[in-house]
Parts: sequence; C-alpha cells; structure tokens
Amino acid sequence: MALEDMRPPIESGCPDGFQYIHPVMRKNYGQWKFHEHPRPGVLRHVAHSGDEIWTVKAGTQRILDVFSLRKLTAIGDKYADGYVRFTIRSNIEYMVSDESKVQPIIDALTEAGFIVGGTANSVAMISHTQGWLHCDIPGTDASGVVKSMMDELIDEFTSCNMPNRVHITTSCCQINCGGQGDIAINVQHTKPPRIAHDLVGNVCERPTVVARCPVAAIRPAMVNGKPSLEVDEKKCICCGACFPPCPPMQINDPENSKLAIWVGGNHSNARSKPTFQRLVAAGVPNNPPRWPEATAIVKQILKAYKEGAKDWERINDWIERIGWPRFFEVTGLPFTKYHIDNWRGARNSLNASTHIRF
Amino acid sequence: MPKKIHDTPMLDELENGPWPSFISGFKRLRDEHPDERINETVGSLLGQLEHSYETRKGYWKGGTVSVFGYGGGIIPRFSEVGDAFPESKEFHTLRVQPPAGNYYTTDMLNQLADSWEKWGSGLVTFHGQTGNIMFIGTTTDNTQHFFDEINEYGWDLGGAGPCVRTAMCCVGAARCEQSCANEHGIQRHLVNEFVDDVHRPALPYKFKFKVSGCPNDCQNSIERSDFAVIGTWRDEMKIDQSEVKAFIKAKGRQYVLDNVTSRCPTNCINLNDDDTLTVDNHECVRCMHCLNVMPKALSPGDDKGVSILIGGKRTLKIGDLMGTMIVPFKKLETEEDYESLVEMASDVIDFFAENALEHERTGEMIERIGLVNFLEGIGIEVDPNMVSQPRQCSYVNMSGWDEEAEKWFQRKAEQAAG
Repeated sequence: MALEDMRPPIESGCPDGFQYIHPVMRKNYGQWKFHEHPRPGVLRHVAHSGDEIWTVKAGTQRILDVFSLRKLTAIGDKYADGYVRFTIRSNIEYMVSDESKVQPIIDALTEAGFIVGGTANSVAMISHTQGWLHCDIPGTDASGVVKSMMDELIDEFTSCNMPNRVHITTSCCQINCGGQGDIAINVQHTKPPRIAHDLVGNVCERPTVVARCPVAAIRPAMVNGKPSLEVDEKKCICCGACFPPCPPMQINDPENSKLAIWVGGNHSNARSKPTFQRLVAAGVPNNPPRWPEATAIVKQILKAYKEGAKDWERINDWIERIGWPRFFEVTGLPFTKYHIDNWRGARNSLNASTHIRF
Repeated sequence: MPKKIHDTPMLDELENGPWPSFISGFKRLRDEHPDERINETVGSLLGQLEHSYETRKGYWKGGTVSVFGYGGGIIPRFSEVGDAFPESKEFHTLRVQPPAGNYYTTDMLNQLADSWEKWGSGLVTFHGQTGNIMFIGTTTDNTQHFFDEINEYGWDLGGAGPCVRTAMCCVGAARCEQSCANEHGIQRHLVNEFVDDVHRPALPYKFKFKVSGCPNDCQNSIERSDFAVIGTWRDEMKIDQSEVKAFIKAKGRQYVLDNVTSRCPTNCINLNDDDTLTVDNHECVRCMHCLNVMPKALSPGDDKGVSILIGGKRTLKIGDLMGTMIVPFKKLETEEDYESLVEMASDVIDFFAENALEHERTGEMIERIGLVNFLEGIGIEVDPNMVSQPRQCSYVNMSGWDEEAEKWFQRKAEQAAG
C-alpha cells in the first residue's frame, strides 16, 4: 500500500462502557443495595431506588464462531433488551429489569446449547489461554483441555453445591498465563531444551537468551563452528523461559512435556490474604484429545474439598485448616521431594514448629 | 465448503459431551459460512490443529505485523507447516480494547461480527487473559482493513509486547453493592492517559492496570497487574440490624457464629444476645467476608476510596508475585483526585522505564532494588501498611535512624494538623 493511501489511526483507547450498559444499571450506577442468588446462573440485584436487575449467566465455548456469537446476540435481542456483558471467565451475562424475562432467556440459552450456571458456589468456567490454536510457545492445547474438563464438571457448573466458589485455570506453558486458581492445570516440562544449533546464530539474540534464564544455566558457545548456545543440564530447571526469545531452544516435547496440578491460588482478600497456588500433582500425561488423567485428578481434589470443607472455605482456606499432610491423605495424591520448595523464599514454606496433626 | 476437507478424528472427539464445542463452531464456519475465504481458512486451521493434536506440538511462529501508525496490538502468527495448510498460513490476532466493564449492546456485537466476517476468520473471543477482544485469524493485508473499519466506529487496538497493556475492571458500580469506586472511570482515566505507551511498545516489559471495586478483587488485580486499584472504605461499615435479625431467623444463630463471627480474621465482629451485630471498625481489615455472607445486612461505609498495590505478576521469571500495598487509602472524588492518580501512575511508569532491566516487570524490579529505593524514586513515604512484618535481620546500616524517625513524627504532626 502506498503511504498516501494509509489512514492514520484514531487513538481512542478504551471505549466508554456507559453507552452499552442497560439503562436501569446506568440509572442506578453506584446505588446498589444488595443482591440475592435465587437459583444457579441467576442473580437479582436491588438498588436503593427499588429498581431491580436480574442477571442470567451462561457458559460458552469461549472461542466463538460468528454463528455462535449471533445466536447469543439474537437471544439478547429477543429476550434481554439488547444488552450483554462478558465476565472475566468469558461467560456471557444477560441483564433485564423484570423477573418475568428470566425464564425465557434461560430457555432460549438452553435450547441453543449454552449452559446456564457459573454463579456463587459453583465450579466456574475454566479460564484458559490460547494453546495450539494460536500461541507460539504452547506445550498443550487450551480450548480442548477446557472443553473436556467442563464436559465432566458440568453438573458442578449448573449447581452451587461446593463449599465456596471454585476457580479452575489452565496454562499451556510455565509462564502461567492462566494465573492463580483454586485448581490450576499447567504444562510442566521435564527435559532441558533440545537446541537447533544451526538456527540459533541467525534467529536469536544470544545475550537476551542468556539473560532470560532464571538459573544462569545458558551460556554462549561455538557449536560446529557456528555461534550458538549451550545449556548446563545439571542446572537447567526445564522452565522454558529461553524458548520465547529463541525458538531453536525447543522445550516442547510430545512425551516429556507433562501437566502439573496446583491448588489453593486465590486472588481475593476475603477472610485471608491472597494466596499462591501450591504444587500437588505432576507427571500427568499431556494426552489429547480429552486429557482424562488430568480430569480424574481434578475430580479427586474436588470430591475431597466438597466432603471436607466447611461453608465459605475456598480450597486454600480448607487446606489451611486441615493442614497439608491431611490434604495428601484425603486426596490420595503422593507427596514427593518435588513438593518441597527450593526456590527463593523457600524457607518460609517449611514447618518451623512442632505443630503436627495426628 | 472448502475444496479440501482435512480428516480430524481427534478433534471430532471434542464434539462429544454437553459443554458447547468450539470444534463444532469451527466446522460450521468451514461448511456453512457463505464466504468461501472463511470456509478455506477455517478448514485449513482445523487441519493444522489436528496435526498439533496428533504430534503434541504447536506450529505457530511470531513475526512483525502492525497497522499504520502503531507498533503493537497485533499478535502475528505465521504457520511453520504452511505448505500443508496454506489457507491459514497467516493467522494473526487483533487485540481490541473492550469498553470498561465489558459491556456491549447486541447491535454493536453484530456490527463487529459483520466487520470480522468481511476481513477475518470469523473466530473471536470475549476476552483474552489480558482483557482484549481477541479477533483470531486474519492475513497481514486484512489486519489493516479490519482495523481501519472498526477504528472508524469507536474501537482501538490494545497492547501487545513491552508496553502499557489493555486494562480491565470488575462489573463494579454498574451492578454491585460492594463497589467502593467508579471502576470504569478509573480504568479509562488511567489507560487512556497512556495510549501512546499502549500503541508504541517502548517499555522494558509489559505494564498492566486492573481495577476492582472492593477487596474481593473479582478482577484479580492484585496478582494480575503491575498497578492494582482496589476500592475500600475507611469509616464504619453499615449494619441494618433488622436485616441481621431476619438473617438469623432464616439461618439460625449457630450459622452466624460458625460462618460470620468466628471467620472474622481480626475477631472484630460480635453477635449479641439480642440478635444484633457489633463491629469494632477500628480493627476491621475490610476482608469482605461478613459482607459477602450477609449482603443485605452489612454494607461498606460512606467514606470510600481506593488502595493501590504495585508489582503483581505471573511466573516468568522470578516466580509469581502479589502486588505490594503502596497507597493504603486515596480518595477519588474530584477531578484533582483523578489527576493525582494519573500522575502517580505516570511516575511509576517513568521510574519503571528508566530503571527496570530488559524484560523485567515492575514487581521484579522492586524485588531487585528493594521497596525503599522504589518509594524514593516515585516520591512516596514509607507506611507500616506496606509490610506484613518489620525487618527481621539486624544486618543493615541504620545510621540515618534519627533523621528518619524525625520525618515520621513530622508527618504525623502534619496529619494531625490536617
């Protein structure tokens, strides 16, 4: 395209959301009094003015084709005054000012194959990343893992029978774009990168790659007369941090890139301070197309949590109360030397007391 | 229908089961969309994805694609197996900034769908983990066309790469009784001050703003943003004693003892013999638990404002970090209040730009240089709310103690004088 044909961008940034908010919510902005949870997937918010907003939440496939998107907008047009929003976990929400409009939305969503639920003490939609569909460094797929798992957990999405809400996340590499979750299913590499020495010199800025390594295991080297990199495999922690800046440091391995499962991540300040997720299981096969081994462990953890936790305890609260030895006992998961942290700050995770449960 | 249909036995397995199937959606685009370009593109994409499932490897590589005038906002993807799957060999994603609060009218979503069908694959996600609308899959040429079209009706690209990123906020004051802030306003004031830093990546690494209206932090701002703004209040929480009595009538006294008073982290809420609640607000840490359990009876106070926490991030490269409390309480009511918030953000970003190493996040920079050096750099005084405990080890030179103690007493005197 010739320069004169190019159109300068309008740098408008983040659009004002008010133009898209339901008029009743606009009118009562900042003036809400309380909310109730009449049934799974439905919220009722009441404003000081007496106005009400009823919300219907539904899970989708997240990677939407325009046909599915138009199904969702058609339901909004017909039953929900033409206003929607998306939650942080990619659920769609319809908001109406009248209870009588709720059931028709639920019926239409159900008829169209979407899943109403995901509120309060449910297992919420699993938040996920791009995976093999679009990422340049993924060790697994994201949409496929989540679809397979939600198929198995759907009854917990459409009901609210957990002690508190459960947020599950997935990540396709150890950068952990999925973030902290009550349960997190993340790729865990188990072998150092295989280096395509012929390519490193042309593709990679070597000092950048050396600097990226968290444990200083990479150094410049001449290999077969070409500038490349070498990895001290005794030091290498197989994290894959060198791979994004230098694709010839191939970390993904069809057999040895596994999944690991972490629990107790919680961003909320409710009751206790926010907590990081902790390792509970690793060596889980990265097994497309349905990843049954990972789902089985998630269900094992959910079962123990549901049976053992008190009302309002998130997974981190529950484990804090019963202790980690009991967690491994009730879930039947093995405790190994890999559970004992040796990263910076690891000493804070050791039990420096005589507090033991028998 | 595309000319060539790739066999997808593994992906076909993902059409089974009750949860909506993204693969069924892909196949609808491949088989039923009126535009042959979309049939071919998505058909080819299905072929490459099946190949990934079979070999357990990804086949996309990055590159450099942007739109005229910008340096970022596009995630370029070129296929490493483009010879086998040529129709999807260029498959870039456009990151588009959503409205604050993620609200849409169905008309606007349909309009975006129309544009995307014209120029892209027909696949879209609301929203990616950073918070953008992800328009997934188009060619280098069509990237510009699609952007030009939607930019004309109010949509702008988000951040990608080492830049200020697209921000997010919770549902907030639009629908939530716990909201202590104008989340939408805060998000737009902050991120729209830095549009240049969003569109032209020139920072050491990414910088994210996230806003939550209360300490429940539904936006996950503490761990998922470099600059987290979280609503709170500093006067007394409101108690509607008649609603307390109604709650006890419905749930029983024991429920309140087990689930409200005994769960309070600072033991500052008590159930009285006459079925009323008393709160020692001076001890309350605004953990939200009792308000979450009894939203009709308990509400935030009136003297609302925000806390600001700096330095949250995920694993790469020193491990996950939560944000650190930097500003315990800030009023956000007047234009001047908002200006000073934006000014502080600007100071933080300037300090980050000048002092962070390449590919180092704000939290990692603070970890490396120490919190005090960061605070001095941005001109914020120390506060005991910034630590969970004071220093534990005596190995430090404290020769400046007298001056520092004097500063503390001076600040206290100034505060007392108002």
